[in-house]
Amino acid sequence: MPKFEFPPSIRSRPVYGTLEARPGKHHLMVADADGAEAILDVATPELMAKTHIIYIPKGAVFTDKLRALKPAQFYEGPSYAASLQRIRHVLQNAHMGLQIYLAGTEGLMGQAQNEAMQAGYPHTAIQTEHRGSIARRMQCVHCKGITEDVETDPFVCAHCGLNLFVRDHYSRRLAAYQGVCIDAEDPGNVPEAKGIYE
Amino acid sequence: MTLQFNDETFRDDYSFHNSQRAIDRFPFPFHEDSYMYSVNMEQHRGGPADSVYEKRFDVDEHYVAEMRDRAMVLADDPLRCQCLPHMTLAGWDLLELIMVSKSEDYPDLFELHRDGDTWRWVNKPMGIDDTFTFMDETTLPYGPMEYITRQAQGDFCVLDQRDENLWMDAGMITTQADWSLDFDIGMNFFEWHAPVPLAHEKGIFVRALKFLLNIQQGAPARRLNWTMTVNPLLDTSPENYHKWGIQKTSLTPENIGSKQHLRVELQTFFRLPRSNALVFPIRCYLCSFQDLMTKPKWGRRLHRVIRDLPDELATYKGFIDNRPMMLDYLSQFDDGLPTSLGVFADTDTEPPLQK
Ligand code: HEM
Repeated sequence: MPKFEFPPSIRSRPVYGTLEARPGKHHLMVADADGAEAILDVATPELMAKTHIIYIPKGAVFTDKLRALKPAQFYEGPSYAASLQRIRHVLQNAHMGLQIYLAGTEGLMGQAQNEAMQAGYPHTAIQTEHRGSIARRMQCVHCKGITEDVETDPFVCAHCGLNLFVRDHYSRRLAAYQGVCIDAEDPGNVPEAKGIYE
Repeated sequence: MTLQFNDETFRDDYSFHNSQRAIDRFPFPFHEDSYMYSVNMEQHRGGPADSVYEKRFDVDEHYVAEMRDRAMVLADDPLRCQCLPHMTLAGWDLLELIMVSKSEDYPDLFELHRDGDTWRWVNKPMGIDDTFTFMDETTLPYGPMEYITRQAQGDFCVLDQRDENLWMDAGMITTQADWSLDFDIGMNFFEWHAPVPLAHEKGIFVRALKFLLNIQQGAPARRLNWTMTVNPLLDTSPENYHKWGIQKTSLTPENIGSKQHLRVELQTFFRLPRSNALVFPIRCYLCSFQDLMTKPKWGRRLHRVIRDLPDELATYKGFIDNRPMMLDYLSQFDDGLPTSLGVFADTDTEPPLQK
């Protein structure tokens, strides 16, 4: 799948790079769905011998290819929530100089990056590469509910049911973009939903 | 003079009102007939007698009612006040700054008696008389920042300074112009300003940050910002926008004079001594169009500023749809005469309206 070029945006919006192998004794790679391709691209036998991969397929079929890389440790998680305890465990028990690689959707990278920062890793130890879906993790500013994988603008809050427009304003602490009621000044006047970058 | 505190509301029946004194001292934000973002900062070292610039923390007739409104906002949504764990010391710094300033500047309203670490704080307008141990959180009913900002008009951002940047790591935000502390907490100066149009491109935030990083203890600074609010609603939060947004559509040519308010923020910046944090009080003043129009200079000028304001700013400030109606109203108070420079109304020298 070709990489999506995000259009230029405001200063709170994260920017992602391209994973590159860094020197280090221990490496943690967390990816979801098409993020696997970024791992496949960066993998070398030498790197994989020191790497723990945590992969959340979300319906994609890269598990066999990732296993074939022979990483030191491999875990396939059914969801991010299910993988979280393992991610925390690795972050907390890792030795100095752990290198962290995150790849896939913005929601996955944002949340995992947050865990790493909270565990005390400097952002310089964390690399990110966006692959696959451009869906966003959104927080409704009204009810505070998070809606995962929002692909359209506007969208309906999964929690309070308000029609929300998708802002570019992004909170790293919440690992989410902000959704704000779109028809507050004209109830019921909701434009037709379009893909976020269309 | 002794202050009379208004019994008034900033919601429901909106009984908020300004006395003649409050109108006379309203911090009209335009020093010329046009407006654009700039690095508009100056030292906060007093100002004309009885102006809002005179004291470190201005206390006016709305004090008690504003504190009542804040308590209601917090009861509905406690996340309007947040303090990341490393900011507690800055909270004590802020408590000290406000208690010392208010007791010195308004000795008839506030008293601070210090005996070592045992402090007695008397807030007469709010009927508070508390004794506590400075730096011991367990002796106060709230954390130090929340305790003191429940007794101080305006919003407060407390910024940690590190990595050559400022970080919004604590705040009491209940009278905000449509931004969310809960969303922005933990962001740096450029991130929380991300939604502002045009100013990044003009390099304003780079220069402003440089200025702020160098603010020294005892040498506070200030600036004005402004927006528009329909009805004297303090809590124009994004959290509640789905409830108050509709009020913007209630303007008519008949009610615009009383309903449309110019909302001005007197923003100040103080360095805090122990934590080296920066505190950013954002004091909100509201004035209805009809009260503003009693000053001929302000009437002339407001019309010209709103007429010529770039669309990006009118959109960001949320009044682009109402601008035509505002201009119909305001143009009645613009006779085309020149205006004197500076923000003050100059009622003794500016000619009355010539139409
Ligand atoms: C450290 C103290 C400061 C804090 C905490 C702060 C905070 C904020 C926030 C939260 C917003 C709303 C952004 C949004 O739309 O979500 C804002 C807007 C803005 N800020 Fe600041 N700010 C600070 C200092 C400054 C300074 C020194 C300047 C100087 C130029 C400045 C210029 C602006 C401008 C021009 C806007 C847009 C306001 C409007 O058009 O209504 N800020 N600020």
